[in-house]
Amino acid sequence: MSNFATNSLGVIQPQTLHFNEPLTLASGKTIDEYDIVYETYGSLNAKGDNAVLVCHALSADHHAAGYHSESDSKPGWWDLCIGPGKAIDTNRFFVVSPGNLGQCGGSTGPMSINPKTGKAYGPDFPVVTVSDWVNYQERLADSLGIAQWAAVAGGSLGGMQAMQWSIQFPKRIRHAVIIASAPKLSAQNIAFNAVARQAIMSDPDFHKGRYYDHKVVPASGLKIARMLGHITYLSDDAMGDKFGRDVKNEQLNYNYGVEFQVESYLHYQGESFAARFDANTYLLMTKALDYFDPAEKEGGDLAAVFSKTDSQFFLASFTTDWRFSPQRSREIVRALTDSKRDVSYLEFESNHGHDAFLVDNAEYIAAFSAYMNNIEISE
Amino acid sequence: MKGLRPELQKIFGWVKPGSRVLDLGCGDGALLGSLQQNRGVKGYGVEIDPANVLSCLQKNINILQLDLDAGLTEFADNSFDYVIMTQALQALQYPHKTLREMVRVGRQSIITFPNFGLWKHRVYLSTKGRMPVSKALPAQWYDTQNIHLCTIKDFEMFCKEHSMLISKKDIVDYEHRSDTLMRLWPNLFGEVALYQINGE
Repeated sequence: MSNFATNSLGVIQPQTLHFNEPLTLASGKTIDEYDIVYETYGSLNAKGDNAVLVCHALSADHHAAGYHSESDSKPGWWDLCIGPGKAIDTNRFFVVSPGNLGQCGGSTGPMSINPKTGKAYGPDFPVVTVSDWVNYQERLADSLGIAQWAAVAGGSLGGMQAMQWSIQFPKRIRHAVIIASAPKLSAQNIAFNAVARQAIMSDPDFHKGRYYDHKVVPASGLKIARMLGHITYLSDDAMGDKFGRDVKNEQLNYNYGVEFQVESYLHYQGESFAARFDANTYLLMTKALDYFDPAEKEGGDLAAVFSKTDSQFFLASFTTDWRFSPQRSREIVRALTDSKRDVSYLEFESNHGHDAFLVDNAEYIAAFSAYMNNIEISE
Repeated sequence: MKGLRPELQKIFGWVKPGSRVLDLGCGDGALLGSLQQNRGVKGYGVEIDPANVLSCLQKNINILQLDLDAGLTEFADNSFDYVIMTQALQALQYPHKTLREMVRVGRQSIITFPNFGLWKHRVYLSTKGRMPVSKALPAQWYDTQNIHLCTIKDFEMFCKEHSMLISKKDIVDYEHRSDTLMRLWPNLFGEVALYQINGE
């Protein structure tokens, strides 16, 4: 007997596809060959019209739902929303969740061996963009025999990929589900990313990105980057509720050690992240975020860009998200209504900040489920 | 259409087939859903209440969860054939701003509201000396959502002062019937007012 909940997908095996056709990137560089590691949940129907692509954000990977073993304590990053009877109902949909190019979870990235040198790419791995990921995901769709996604869904940077799909391959997507996202980063967003990158690059163990050769990792830089990022994912309220000004010991120490509970929490988050994540990938992901700006090619007119799309849109934001605030989602909504697209937009009360799209919330789940249930698929 | 409350049936008849509609405070989406299914209308509903928003999603209506009091900044000038707002005017924080926004965004705007000038309200206030409570306005003064009630005269005066033209109107009772008294003295006998207005 398994110990998993009845609406859990249980144990999931990641799969790998190797591609030999070179992929040309926005930078002009190419990746000659690469692996896509991905998971699938549910099954593709006879007409192949029930496939949903799930796109991950900055620090996640292909493991979106279910568990990797019977003893696994944590499910995939969006297990809340993917599974039998869940918002993305695997009884109806065939869900595909790839790890993106540049990731450190198995898909080809800076840690992978560069076939030209026989050594890890490290800093030689090209900078990739959201648009490059969409091209890469299109190759996967072709390989899996999926002519058109019923939906492409994601939160944050994942939502940007869903948006980009609607723009880049309008005929290959019927619904774009864009949660807690933004049409492009603000100066403040870019500024936070810049500080995160500086933290990593100024770590003595960074070695200009060739730290694998030195058998070290820039753990302290990556930890600081994550601590900073983590602050931007939580709301002031959530931090206040969780930690307030609580201190670990009853008396103040009058030194510079870790005293406040919030400090201790951030240190823990930073350390566990640095132990599992690759610094070069972190740099690459923040750059992909910074570069995202689909309106640029139309002189900043996002409505003009959306006027060439064919899909329907579902957007959601959360009240205390200050990284990608509701205002940022409403910018997308404005461009969609200006271009007369079908769009629904919901704003949920939550004190979980940007992370709210990963947190259980009855209204959010009910609305997301209702939208997904209306997506037409053949039997 | 069958199933729609009388007021919405009337509006249903006013909206030309195939037009683009923005329904402000669209409730559970009954009107927009019906217009979409039977009249080939396209558009969006705007609603703030989560239960109503969910109900609209279930009806496959484009629903936008926005606060009307924050303005209609999501919508461009003249981007809809009709902007509809039924029984919501009196519950707005800034009805005058919303009306101006409606006229900006829509070529035509359809508005309905309960007529506070109704003789029953006048009698209630003058005999009891208390804020009128009725079937249509059941809440007490302290917990009512209807914070900006107006009379038919008030509304028409507002339109005149703000250069809004009234292209259609209908003054009826709660069952949406009209009679001679309502036609002669609408502000005294009309229970519900329906207007179609546009900017100059």
